[in-house]
Amino acid sequence: MISEPSIRDKAAIAGIGHTRFSRALGMTEVEMAVEAIWSACDDAGISPREIDGLVRYDLEQTDEEQLLAILGNPHLRFFAGTPFGGGGSAAVLVVAAAAITSGLARHVLVFRSRARGKHSGYGRGGAQGGRYWEKVGTELPALNQWHIPQGLVSAFQEMAMISMRHRIDYGTTDDQYADVAIAFREHAARNPNAVLRQPITREEHHASRMISDPLRLFDCNIETDGAVAMIVTSTERARDLRQRPAVIRAGAMAAGSHHIRLSNLFARPWEEESPVRVGRELFAMAECTPADVDVAFFYDFFTSLVIIALEQYGFAPRGEGGPFVESGGLAWPNGRLVANTNGGQLCEAFVHGFNNTIEAVRQIRGTSTSQVEGCELALVAGANTDPTGAVLLRRDR
Amino acid sequence: MSSARDAHLTRGLPLPVPSADSAEFYEAARRGELRFQRCSACGLFRHYPRPVCPRCLAREYSWELSSGRGTVYTWTIVRGPTLPAFEEKLPYNVVDVLLDEGVHFVSEVLDCPPGEIRAGMPVEATFVPVSDDVTLVKFRRVRQG
Repeated sequence: MISEPSIRDKAAIAGIGHTRFSRALGMTEVEMAVEAIWSACDDAGISPREIDGLVRYDLEQTDEEQLLAILGNPHLRFFAGTPFGGGGSAAVLVVAAAAITSGLARHVLVFRSRARGKHSGYGRGGAQGGRYWEKVGTELPALNQWHIPQGLVSAFQEMAMISMRHRIDYGTTDDQYADVAIAFREHAARNPNAVLRQPITREEHHASRMISDPLRLFDCNIETDGAVAMIVTSTERARDLRQRPAVIRAGAMAAGSHHIRLSNLFARPWEEESPVRVGRELFAMAECTPADVDVAFFYDFFTSLVIIALEQYGFAPRGEGGPFVESGGLAWPNGRLVANTNGGQLCEAFVHGFNNTIEAVRQIRGTSTSQVEGCELALVAGANTDPTGAVLLRRDR
Repeated sequence: MSSARDAHLTRGLPLPVPSADSAEFYEAARRGELRFQRCSACGLFRHYPRPVCPRCLAREYSWELSSGRGTVYTWTIVRGPTLPAFEEKLPYNVVDVLLDEGVHFVSEVLDCPPGEIRAGMPVEATFVPVSDDVTLVKFRRVRQG
């Protein structure tokens, strides 16, 4: 038995940086990554040469040799990756905190650079810009063989089926989806970094094109270009740097049965779902409860998955995520739980959750455009799929 | 559409490439049979095919004939975007069928207009050859007496 939570309060996010977010920036993923990393180092007040650790997505296809050369070939002592897509977006911080806590690295870079728009620069390979699923090929040897030939070609259709089942079980409604979309668009309207800033009405949400029932266009994240980078260091070191530290209070990861393989997903009981397991471990490590969270950042790839995440992380009882978001339940400043104050991935940008994480850091620093008063504790959850991970960030005492 | 994007799009019909684990499934489908692996130790049916039982970790199994009957557990109507190979049949349904043996199977209900798909709808397997080597398992509605 572990007597003391191993990474609790040991590491902090000391620097954040990002590019402009846009439908099409006209930059390569390497160029965007460099801009974001330079900005994060400057924000923290360190030189890129002080980076000695790197945690990335396995999905990340940015050419690291080229990237490291541009950064002056810093002497790395630690490098690691987290697997899969959005589920890894907060897990990178858990791995970075473990590296800091163990002393294997002092300044860990985490970043994500994504040419995601359908008009972005395209290259060879599944993740070299644009829509990954359009480049799947015609010969499917692995698990893709079971659903893509049936016409289930992309994550948004799988999430549509998961969302539909939530409606079948609990009666979740279009109006509740709209409540999420409207709240996050209001947040984006105050955020100059956001790509979509025009407020929307319930009627406009309902009138937006159905993409894959029950998901409409306004239920889906936007496709954008952009990069985000963060510098993670020890909490002590962060106190000597330029910004107020966002201390990683707790972090957890879980994997069990991969969500995209629906045949596995629906075979397991609710309490074994990875986001539920992560939530349990996270709050136990932090020695607090969901009621202590001042602002939350859910992986809003779809409005419906935000509603499900509220249940998985214990903010609402199972089946009551829908009613929770009604009447501005997630909206700044008076919602039951203010969430995704940057406008999230529905409105600001889609950088695999990393843009939500740096907004959580702004909330801890007190510099958000929808600042939660007295914000001391922020939840950042990766995609509530499988594998997944989450962290709790807190203000330094 | 940019030519760079065009050059990388998947245009042909994406097809399974059977592996050591899945070859038996596709051979059965070509004969018009839906077969799933069943653990010889604990009796659990499983899909997708794999060499070990996910419940008891036993490695012995047999390929058992399924009743082919089940109900729609969840569904979507794909309205696009989708791959070019599927564009001509938009909008089309994709369903997760819960078979009587307890396994979930992602497929399509044939001859069922988008407005008529319902959760819990009884369906039965049917077999659709899509290439010389591959027959896909689809479903049809079962008319209730």
